[in-house]
Formats: sequence, C-alpha cells, structure tokens
Amino acid sequence: MSHAAAFPLAQAPTGAVAARATELSKVYGQGETRVTALDSVSVEFRRGEFTAIMGPSGSGKSTLMHCLAGLDSVSSGSARIGDVELASLGDRQLTRLRRDRIGFVFQAFNLLPTLTALENITLPMDIAGRKPDQQWLDMVVGTVGLSGRLTHRPSQLSGGQQQRVAVARALAARPEIIFADEPTGNLDSRSGAELLGFLHESVRALQQTIVMVTHDPVAASYADRVIFLADGRVVDEMREPTADAVLDRMKRFDAKGRTS
Amino acid sequence: MFRTALRNLLAHKTRLMMTALAVLLGTAFVSGTLVFSDSVNSAFRNKMAKSLDDVAVSVTAGRPTTALKEKDALDSRVVETVRALPGVASVRPSVSGTVMVADKQNNPAGSEWGSSGANFVPGANGKDSRYPIVKGRGPAGEGEIVLDARTAAKTGAEVGGTVRLAIDGPVMTKKLVGIAETDDPKVSAGGSLALFDTATAQKLLGVRGQFNELVVSATPGTDQRKLTAAVRDALPKNAFRTQSGKELAAEESKAIDKETSSIRNTFLAFAGIALFVGVFIIANTFTMLIAQRSREIALLRAVGASRRQVVRSVLIEAGLLGLVASAVGFVLGLGVATGLRAVLNSAGADLPDGPLVVEPMSALTALGVGVVVTVLAAWLPSRKAAKIAPVEALAAAEQPPAPRGLLLRNSLGAVLTAAGVAIMLYVTTLKDSGGLEIAMAGAALTMAGVIVLAPLLSRPFVHLFARATGRLTGVSGKLAKENALRNPRRTAATASALMIGLSLITGLTVVAVSADRGVAKMGQQDLTADYKVTSANFGGLSTDIARTLAKEPGVTAAVPLRSVGFQSSDEPALAYAADIASLGKVADIRFVSGSPADVRKGTVAVSDQYAKERGLKVGSTLPMDFYDGEKAAPKVAAVYAKNDVVSAVLTTPSLVDPHLEKVRDDEVLVKAAPGKAGELRAKIKETLGGNPLIKVQSQDDLRRSEAGSIEDVLFLMYGLLGMAVVIAVVGVVNTLAMSVFERTREIGMLRAIGLARTGVKQMVRLESVMIAMFGAVLGVGVGIFLAWSGGHLVRSSFPQYEMVVPWARIAVFLLIALAVGVLAAVWPARRAAKLNMLESIGAQ
Repeated sequence: MSHAAAFPLAQAPTGAVAARATELSKVYGQGETRVTALDSVSVEFRRGEFTAIMGPSGSGKSTLMHCLAGLDSVSSGSARIGDVELASLGDRQLTRLRRDRIGFVFQAFNLLPTLTALENITLPMDIAGRKPDQQWLDMVVGTVGLSGRLTHRPSQLSGGQQQRVAVARALAARPEIIFADEPTGNLDSRSGAELLGFLHESVRALQQTIVMVTHDPVAASYADRVIFLADGRVVDEMREPTADAVLDRMKRFDAKGRTS
Repeated sequence: MFRTALRNLLAHKTRLMMTALAVLLGTAFVSGTLVFSDSVNSAFRNKMAKSLDDVAVSVTAGRPTTALKEKDALDSRVVETVRALPGVASVRPSVSGTVMVADKQNNPAGSEWGSSGANFVPGANGKDSRYPIVKGRGPAGEGEIVLDARTAAKTGAEVGGTVRLAIDGPVMTKKLVGIAETDDPKVSAGGSLALFDTATAQKLLGVRGQFNELVVSATPGTDQRKLTAAVRDALPKNAFRTQSGKELAAEESKAIDKETSSIRNTFLAFAGIALFVGVFIIANTFTMLIAQRSREIALLRAVGASRRQVVRSVLIEAGLLGLVASAVGFVLGLGVATGLRAVLNSAGADLPDGPLVVEPMSALTALGVGVVVTVLAAWLPSRKAAKIAPVEALAAAEQPPAPRGLLLRNSLGAVLTAAGVAIMLYVTTLKDSGGLEIAMAGAALTMAGVIVLAPLLSRPFVHLFARATGRLTGVSGKLAKENALRNPRRTAATASALMIGLSLITGLTVVAVSADRGVAKMGQQDLTADYKVTSANFGGLSTDIARTLAKEPGVTAAVPLRSVGFQSSDEPALAYAADIASLGKVADIRFVSGSPADVRKGTVAVSDQYAKERGLKVGSTLPMDFYDGEKAAPKVAAVYAKNDVVSAVLTTPSLVDPHLEKVRDDEVLVKAAPGKAGELRAKIKETLGGNPLIKVQSQDDLRRSEAGSIEDVLFLMYGLLGMAVVIAVVGVVNTLAMSVFERTREIGMLRAIGLARTGVKQMVRLESVMIAMFGAVLGVGVGIFLAWSGGHLVRSSFPQYEMVVPWARIAVFLLIALAVGVLAAVWPARRAAKLNMLESIGAQ
C-alpha cells in the first residue's frame, strides 16, 4: 500500500538486517558492449521478512539477487550477508557461505534427478557433512506436505511437488536467508499459489527470511514488501502489497517506458 | 541431409574430438603396420635383388659337405664343364658355411644365424667382385682371413692382427689381412663374414676340392632360361640343383613375403583389437549426441524428413568423421611405421634399412577401415535416432527418456556368457591341444557375453565400490555413484572398452607366468647335470669335447647326447643316442618297464608317451625310416617315463651314428664333483680354449633363457595391447566430458547450493575411477577365467604347466586402472569445476 514510502528505506520492521546492498553496481562487458545491470543500488532485507523484487525484463532484479547471494561478483559497492562482506570472500569461502547460510529455490531444475526427494532435501547438509536436525526436518517436510513422497525421485513428482521439494531443501538447512528466483515461473496457477503459501507460511511460522525475484504481481502480493527495480536502480517500494496495487505500479513502467 | 550431417559434424567438433582420436589411433596402427611391412619387404627385396644381380644361373650341390659319391661332387670338373658352355661369362665356385668369430669376450661376434664363412675368389685382376676389399688385401694361404668391417671392429683386431674363430671344433687363430664389403643381407642384419682362400675354405667348411655352389654369370644378350637349361643338360641328372637367377629371386621373394606377412598379420590382429575397442567409444558418442539432439531430430522429422533420411544423416556424419580421423591416422601411421622399425631393431630384430614404402593400397585400406568401423559403430545409435517421434519437438520441457528395459539385453548376455563358459569348461576336459579353435570361440563368446551383461553387472559393482569408499568420499562419492548408475549402458560400454584390453593382458600374463613356472620346473625336474654345453651355431659339438671334459678334474660325468630324425609310419620323431649307463648320472630317467641294460646295439628304449601313441611295448619292433634313405627295425627293449632330456626314442650311438652326416654331439651334459660346480664353468670354457662357439649354461642360465624369451614376448604383447588400453582411456575421457556437458545445469545448481569446486572435481573423478575400476575388475576376472580354462590346452602338451596367478602383477594392473581413472578425469573435472554457475543454471 505504502508505495509512497521514502527511498531507499524509511521504516524498518523488527529484526536485524539479513542482507544488505550498499551502492551496489554491476557492469557487464567493456567499451561499446558495456551494460550497467545494477546502478548503485542500496537496499536492505530484514530478518523474518518476505521481500519480492519486481521490475521489467532487464531491470536488474535477477542480477541483484545473484550478487547478494554470492552467485555473481559485484563491480563496485558492497553486498553483505549478515555482517559478511561478500566481495572480501574467495570462491571457496563464498561456496561455504552459500552452503551454510543461504538457501536457494530456482525457477526450474532445482533437483538432482538421481536422488530421492529426501536426499535432495538433505543435500546441502550432506555437502557440508552435517547431520540434519531430524525434528526440524520432519517439521519442514510436514509444512510443505511431502511426507508421503520422500522416497520418490523427481521424475515421479509433479512440477509443483518438485518445487516444494526445492523449498524444503532451502528450509531444511535453516539458512539465514533464502533466495528464490521465479520459483513459480514454471508452475500452473494452482501449484504456484500453493508454493507461495508455503513460502509465506515459512516466514510466519518458521521466522525464515526470503527474497524472491518475480515478474508476477500475484506472486509478489504474498510478500511483506515489494522492491521495484528499473534500469538497474531501485525506483520504488511497497509494503503489504496486493496484486492489484503491484499490477498498477508495473503498468506505470510500461506507460512511462522509462522511469528514474 | 548431407549438409545437415556436415553442419552437425562442425558444430560438435570438440565433442567429437575424442571419438576421432579413437578412430585415429586405430587407423594409425593399421596403416603403420601396413606401411611398415611393405617397407621391410621392399628393403629385403632390394637387398636380395642386389645380391642376385649378376647371378644368371646357380648350381648347388644336392647335399652339401661330406661323403658325396664321386659323380655327385660339385668339384672343379663341374666348374670346367659349365665354364665351357656358350653364353657363360664367368663361373664363381663358392664354398660357404658357418664361422664363429670371437669378439673381445670370446662370444660370437655375429648373430647365431648370420655367422657366415666363405671363400674369396679373386679374378684375373686379383679382385672378387662379390667381396670388394676396402682395406688390406684378399686372403691367400691357410693362415689368413678377411672380415667385414663391423665384425673386425668387434674382435678389436686391426689389419695385421690376429683373430680367433671356431668352425665346429677347436679355436683357431688367423691373421687378419683385409676388410671386405658385402651386400649379403644375413651379414648386414647382424651376422658376420669371414673369408678364406678357396683351399682353406674347402678344408674348413666343406670337403677338399668341392664347392657348395657355382654362380654363373652370363654374357650380355644371353637368355637366362636357355642358359639354365643348357647348364642343367650338361650336368649329371639329379645330382645338383640348377636354378636361374629369376627362379632364385622368386623363391627368396616368397620366403620374404611369408616372413613379413606373418609379422604384419600379428600386428594387424592387435590393430583389430584396438579398433574393436574404438567401436564402443564411437557408439557411445553417437548415442549421447543423438540423445542431446533428439529435439532437433524430432523437428527435422516434423518438417518432413523421413526416418531413412535421419538415419542417413547420422551415418553420413559418422562417415565424414571416420574419413577425417583416418586420414590423420594414416599420416600418424607413417610415424608409427618408422617407430616400429626402430623399436624392433632395438629389440634385436635386425631389419634392413630402406625408405618408407607407401603403397596406395595401404592408404586406401586405412581410410576404408576407419570409415567402415565408424559407420558400423554409429549404426545402432542411428536406429535410435530414427525412432524419435516428430511430436517430441513440441514437448514443452525436455523429459529424460524413459529408461529402456534391459531385459532383452540381459537375457542375451546370460545366454552368451553361459554358452562361452560352458565351452571353456568343456575345453578344460580336452586331452590334446587340438581344441585351440574351440577355446578361441569360447573365449570370444564369454567376452561378448560379459560385454552384453555389463550394464547389469555395473549396478552391484558401483554400489559395492561406493559402499567401500563411502566414508572417504562423502557426498561427492554419493553423487558420483548416482551418476555412474544413471546410464548403465554408457557406463558399461565405457568400461567394456577397458575390459577387453585388460582381460587379454591378464589372460596372457597368467598363461605366460604359469608357463614360465612350468619351464622352471622342467629344467629342474629331469636334468641333474650342473652344466649343459652346446654349440652356439646349432651345428653340434665335436665328439672330442665330451672326451676332453670327462678327463677334467672336478667333473664326475660328461655325457654326450646326439640325435637323428627319423620317420615311423610317416610320423617324424627324434632318436637320441647316449651311453645309457652314464646318462643316469646327469639326468633323472625312470624306466617303467624293461631294463636299461638291454638297450644296446639294435635295440631302443622309448618313452611311455611315444609307446602309447605308436602302440609299442617291450618286445615289439619300431620301424624307423631315416632321412638318408636307410631303414631299421630295432626291438623295443625298455620303456621310460617321458622327460625333457631325451624325447621319444633313446638308443645307442651305434644305431644313430651311421645316419648322421657328421658325427657330432648335440650337447654334453656335465655333472660336477660335489662342491665343484661353482668353479667349473670357467674351467670348462678355458679347457675348450675360449671357443666362441661353445655355450656353457648352468641350470639357472637355462631357466633364465627360456623364461627370458617368454617375458620378452609378454612385454611385446603388453606394448601392442597398450594401444587398446589407450583407446579405452580416450573413451573414459569422452564419456566423462559428455556427461559433464549433459549435467551442466546440475553442476551449476550443486555449486549454487554450496558444493565447492573441489567437490565437483571429486565427483567427476570418482565417477571416472568407478568406471575404470569396473572395467578393470571385469577384465581381470574374465582374463583369469579364460587363462584358467584355456591353460588346460597348454597342459596337455606341456605337463609341467601349472596355473599360477601373479597377484602382485594383477594388483599393479588394478592400480594402473585406478590411475587411468584419475588421469582420464583430469580434463573433464577441470571443465566441470570451471563452469560458470549462473550460465549453467540457465543452460538449456
């Protein structure tokens, strides 16, 4: 509703900052092929909050997520997970950070086809060589409604079920923050709604922090807060969004063509 | 469709690189072998043509040396008869034989087969055109000798110095008066040449006044054939062999062809194995390419391409790949041919030098083989391409193809394996060595069966391997296991390529080591002598030697053995002659019936095996047809257990000697007095005057010389089969590279959720090791089984053969397979670890 809120961030909800971008820029290519994907973006994501990042194609929303999640390097500025400055980390440390403190849900191809649903869920912990917390695992599995399908392989699951396995995997390791990149992009609307419900629930019930990139206003409406990006800059923010409000805001991008 | 095929080939050129390498190595082997054998053949022919250049007619004595009847003697009368014929330009009467020249260590300076001696025949100008003197002068007089340059260098003597040599008995010294050149291929291939004047040569090498051969050269314009006929007519019938130069050349060519073609065929067999291994890799690649391209193919089908066109497109692609790869392989083959000659020469093959001969046929064969093998290997995958339905082009997301049932394949594999194993078990019951073809068929069936069954076997193996190493390898090991199990056909095909090479290597190793052990046992078993004295030129020993040695202090017994060949009802056999009473001192010969004391003039003892074969017992008669035309029918006086010292028949010298051209001993077995064995060897050499001709071997030497040759052959086999293993390694690299490519998105995702680069590398490496170890374990298992069952054939003709599994060496094979697995993974693992995470996740 409050899409008139000050920029970059006026009021902060309870909880510490889980991830923060400060003056973050990302430039691809050189000379004539130079593209500025992110142009000095500053944004914070607080613990226990479900944030959606929206924007037209090429607005830099995926790049922002990739930079914050340690999947891509930054050109200048800072990206932090908790107190950790990602730019200061080498590949090995970044990998450990992703493994121990970040969860991921991608648009597609989240799962290893050779592993069962349960094995996929516990994979990050297997990689870390940690034993999963059985109670927590049971709760996560129960929350996403996969109890009966744990021994199935991904090919035996529907698209919605596969994405729920992916969410369960992201939750199971109790990361500080989960990044979801168009998690409903390949799902029909019912499965999509179901999945978004789980994400929402995990924030409410499990105090999880989620940052989700999407271009679907309905998906964004499940979030506590929506950040709008255009041309590599944060141009707007909305709290307690509804699908209609988000859609309206998005339409303005189309109408104006370019906003700054 | 041709254009589609060409585009596909170009688009996937890096991915096809490994496949091309497999074809390339195979064809390089084939063309290398062909060019090598052509080159050697032509080098031999050139040599021969040169040496037969001025030979119009050759007359050789019917039977050379000793005791010829007056009218059959090739003497100066015959020379004059021939010289008087019209058209004869010159007649060169020659005497030849074996002369061993001692080098600085009193060993023969030339090879055992190439130590030749001949007469120097100076013409009117004092020169012999056949042996041009390059230093000093020709030999004139009994005490003089001329050598070829290399032999002279080995003796260390300068012109004017003395040279030690032996012909069939004692050592002689001659004065070196000159160095001669020769184009005799035997000499240039590692032999030695000693020239004497004619009288000396006749005295030393033959019979005074007689020659071995007359070489007739014709006046210009004389017809060779007519001259040959004229010479033949002028000489007594059937006494001599008269041949034209052309006939001689043809005869020698045939011998050369036979020799080179046997080398060629052996090498081609190994090249065939290498290509067969290559088939697995090619088939694997095309299966993967077609799976990756299935949407593309479905699209082609949707826009109207027929199944046949799709198949043809795949086959054309394979054909082009085969053509390019084998063209490069052919060029590489020229290098292989050059290298092969160097390698064989360094192993003592003494091949003549000559230019590389590249017949157009070799190029065509290499290209043909490369293309045919590639197309055949791609044929099954191309059928799969044809089965892709047009509707698959429209499928929204790529669906992994439903795993096809392995039921049919497993049933076929079970039947093949069972048949192969049954045949091999049958082979173990065979009593004679005639079952070789059956055993080969059984072995081929067993291997084929195991190859077909490999996908089924891969599952338990990979599980077992993963369980055994699970603690060490953690999540990478688990992921590697799942990857290896994901496509059992591919894992199996990759492993099979390695299995073929390793099963052959293991099988040969087991048989060779077992045979080696048998040989070692054989030497110890029947021979109780400390030393065996033989002649290095296989020409036998003068009978004086045994007498001299018997008188030597420290010698308990010196027993001479000689032998003569004979036929009994057209079956050839060998009769040994020895003093039977003293033979017991140097050999363990057990008589099973009759008494050795009864073996005397006119009677024989036979081995139990020979008695059984011929239906003989004590008291029966053994008809013997000797090769000099005489016959005998001695009574069997005793039967002895078969042994390795004397074979079928043992008798007294009185029965054997009359049928020998020269009475000479094959060997003298020496038993030392207790405690004197060690010092005796040097003494024997010394007593016999440091004669280069005489070999003194202890039991250890004998064992080593037999064993050594087995080891040499084994290592040659390793070298040749190594090519098949190299191709299999290429296959492992290929499979891994393809699977990394296929799993790009998985790897990206794994990296994103926290698998480190090292973990990704480890995953690829472990999959590689699993495949390699699977192939190695299968290969070693099959190899041991085949060696065990096939070994029964060896035992039937070689009772000392005893199956020995050289576990240490097999452990080395497995370690090598492990290393192969790790090495094959280096490049694919690095590629996998370097993948850009974000691009990978987004990859289609």
